[in-house]
Amino acid sequence: METSEIAEALQRKARMSDKIKNASRHTNRSEGLIFEKSSPGKRAFDLPLLDVPPLDASGTLGESHRRAGVEGFPEVSEIEVIRHFTRLSTWNYAIDLGMYPLGSCTMKYNPRVNEYVARLDGIATEHPYQPQELSQGCLRILWLLEKCLLEITGMDAITLQPAAGAQGELTGLLLIRAYHQKHGNPRKKVLIPDSAHGTNPATAVIAGYEVENIKSNADGQVDIAKLREQVTEDVAALMLTNPSTLGIYEQRIPEIAEVLHSKGALLYMDGANMNALAGITRPGDLGVDVMHLNLHKTFSTPHGGGGPGAGPVAMKKILEPFLPLPVLIEKDGGRLAQDFQRKESIGRVRAFGGNFGVLVRALAYILAYGPGLRQATEDAVLNANYIRKHLEGAYDLPYTRPSMHEVVFSDAIQKKHGVNTMDIAKRLIDYGFHPYTTAFPLIVSGALMIEPTESESKEECDYFIEAMKSIAEEVEKTPELVKTAPHTTRVRRLDEVGAARRPILRWKPATKQSEAAD
Amino acid sequence: MRYLPKSPAERQEMLAAIGAKSIEELFSSIPEAYRLKKPLSLPGPLSETEVIQYFQARGAENSTGYTRFLGAGVYSHLRSVVTDAILQRGEFLTSYTPYQAEISQGTLQAIFEFQTLMCQLTGQEVANASMYDGSTATTEAVLMAERVTGRERVLVARSLHPEYREVLRTYAKNSGLKVEELPYIARGTLDVNALKAALREDVCAVVVQSPNFFGAIESYAPVAEAAHAAGALLVVAVAEALSLGIVKPPAEADIVAMEGQSFGLAPSYGGPFVGVIASRETFVRQMPGRLAGQTTDSDGRRGFVLTLATREQHIRREKATSNICTNQALCALAATVHLSLLGKEGIRELAEQNLAKARFALGELEKIPGVRRSFAAPFFNEFAVELPRSVKIVNAELLKSKIVGPYVLGTAYPELSKHALVCVTETTTRVEIEKFTAAVKSALESPL
Repeated sequence: METSEIAEALQRKARMSDKIKNASRHTNRSEGLIFEKSSPGKRAFDLPLLDVPPLDASGTLGESHRRAGVEGFPEVSEIEVIRHFTRLSTWNYAIDLGMYPLGSCTMKYNPRVNEYVARLDGIATEHPYQPQELSQGCLRILWLLEKCLLEITGMDAITLQPAAGAQGELTGLLLIRAYHQKHGNPRKKVLIPDSAHGTNPATAVIAGYEVENIKSNADGQVDIAKLREQVTEDVAALMLTNPSTLGIYEQRIPEIAEVLHSKGALLYMDGANMNALAGITRPGDLGVDVMHLNLHKTFSTPHGGGGPGAGPVAMKKILEPFLPLPVLIEKDGGRLAQDFQRKESIGRVRAFGGNFGVLVRALAYILAYGPGLRQATEDAVLNANYIRKHLEGAYDLPYTRPSMHEVVFSDAIQKKHGVNTMDIAKRLIDYGFHPYTTAFPLIVSGALMIEPTESESKEECDYFIEAMKSIAEEVEKTPELVKTAPHTTRVRRLDEVGAARRPILRWKPATKQSEAAD
Repeated sequence: MRYLPKSPAERQEMLAAIGAKSIEELFSSIPEAYRLKKPLSLPGPLSETEVIQYFQARGAENSTGYTRFLGAGVYSHLRSVVTDAILQRGEFLTSYTPYQAEISQGTLQAIFEFQTLMCQLTGQEVANASMYDGSTATTEAVLMAERVTGRERVLVARSLHPEYREVLRTYAKNSGLKVEELPYIARGTLDVNALKAALREDVCAVVVQSPNFFGAIESYAPVAEAAHAAGALLVVAVAEALSLGIVKPPAEADIVAMEGQSFGLAPSYGGPFVGVIASRETFVRQMPGRLAGQTTDSDGRRGFVLTLATREQHIRREKATSNICTNQALCALAATVHLSLLGKEGIRELAEQNLAKARFALGELEKIPGVRRSFAAPFFNEFAVELPRSVKIVNAELLKSKIVGPYVLGTAYPELSKHALVCVTETTTRVEIEKFTAAVKSALESPL
């Protein structure tokens, strides 16, 4: 669409908007809260008849424990539930609708067969405390996934227990801590580059470490000479993301590992960006001691609006004694079992062994590709470089080293017109795309972090490039149009400051709190 | 490969546009010596049919066809097909964390509804957008209490789920928290006298679970009174959230940490589940995890955003309230849909059925000579019984009748080696209960 056409459409829309505002609340553009549809006596659920003698709850529980009812719970019918949530769903953008180029989030296609197998009888139905002889199927799934992830990472041992990436990071640091403790003292500091994801420093603190930042050099790489000065015998580990959050491969990893190892420190790799490496190179071969994987990134398990994820942690032999419990082991005759008896274990990080349903999906993904995973990595890197090539010039590229799976531009050119990365991101919504990641990594002022993943066709990449170029033109001609975007969404920019200043975090009946109502 | 939308010609075209001769060139920043020379040794590639067959075969190696009397933190409940139909809508399934509010109103409003439902259930003023699970929610609740009070000792009931306690210990080890355990009394509930004796000015939180791990329902008032008198917070963990459909909520608690698996989530061999933290409003800025809040857009329309993000790791980095980045949004959505379907009447009826069935099962078990109820405290859908013989031996016998027997309490409580934790929900039929009790009887009568 030409800029002028869009501007015209927006004017038409503005003329219409008063009429829209007055439209009936029964249109699917203004769905109320489920509580606002409630009316006593409506129901959406019928139970099978009780086949044992009924009880008087007061008598059974005692009057002091018995609850009369849950005040405020909705009373609605099934069709209302279906419509309510279906309408809400239409207000979301999703991978299933189009490109979702959120840098560092790896929003790739979530295969539907993964959903199917995770729901199978015998898979979804299993209880974590049932006897191990009745759980061999579950254990074999976990065993095979462990083997696959070890092959992909080049590591020696793995735990599938952590519930997400951040918990994987914590598990990794606890392993490191246990290792140092065994060698006399847990040490004090964890080094973290200034380009790192915010979970890294937050995790280090929970693991009982002080955080020391290390500055990236002009190329966006770790400055080895400086690192050498910073690594002392107080340093437990360096947490490194590779490729870095700039989408740049950290070329001197083996040397970095050596610097650390020479002082007895370990190298932790944040595997958030494994989608750039799978099938091409293996962290284990590079000297990495321990790393986590985000199965909801590289291994295609759905983000689901913010979780669930899974954050397995793979490690070298030296850390194996400290694995969280239970540890999956193979017994005679190929029988699998969970080992709960390990004296040096860091303990448990989550009840019941992990997000099994997520692990199932990740294995389904790996099995579908097999060794062909490499092709996915290649396509992801191809897409990122293709987009980079076409947008260079229109947008400022602060770090010019080769890009891997994502490319980071800055809004330096657009800033001159008073437009920032967030404005461009919001304008991208009008063109039918989810925004890229804004304002991260912190070392790039006004970052546009673009990760297309392998799931985008050339055609979709071309549309995206066209949209970004068109926005760059708009910034020069009609910056106001960009600064007030989005114009085509159900709601306009939302008042985040107001939301934080006077938090309304739950619905209350209108009589009690009128501002919560429409 | 069926997931990759490019033809070989398009790949070449794109490479040419980039100005690269081969795909290898794009990986030139990885030193040659470290590039894999041979393909990964992985099983596959498998077609869709073969993927399904693989998992069906694994499923068949599990417990299909068995009846379970296991709970202990993971419960089998009815789940409507409606919940799954909603969860599988791509707009919910394949969207990211709702940072871009204008195109994430679906997820944000659903989270806001989830937070409201959790407040209503727990009797608390605010609830977050969910945590990993009950065990990590309990741990995060304790860390929250540590931040609120600035104290470092935590008193934990031994009747808190053993694995929740293990997780707490793992986190506590390096954060300066000192964890001490409190005994239970003969009726299965917390020893309040021991609590009072242990409470001092350095205690940040008292943690009790209700119904506790033995199924016993705790009385909150005396625990809250003692904790508050010492300036400590009361953290109540709820592992079986459905109990709140009929049992009074822990309104006296300062923080509630809950596992919401019972609301529309399959046991799934332990996860994914959905943890919840709910608390008093005054503590909201110390709360971990995401929060959705109501606001208005530039046209004055109601809308929702993630809010109070200054607590979180992506803004605060090492000063964040928690390192947690994700929540369990899709699982929280399952709970929201499930509870909307159940509604006010449904959750009460469902809870009543659990109560009635568990009572019936206990009655049948108590008819067996030598079997007696372990604890006198009232219970919801789970209770402990003492058997005249090792629970492990009885369970081995039950397997022959295609029954997965109760949880062996001796696993985590050596003093309860002959006690079994029996769980009966609405999914267990009377016929199954009778078959189970008959099988227990015969297992106890059979010669060793």
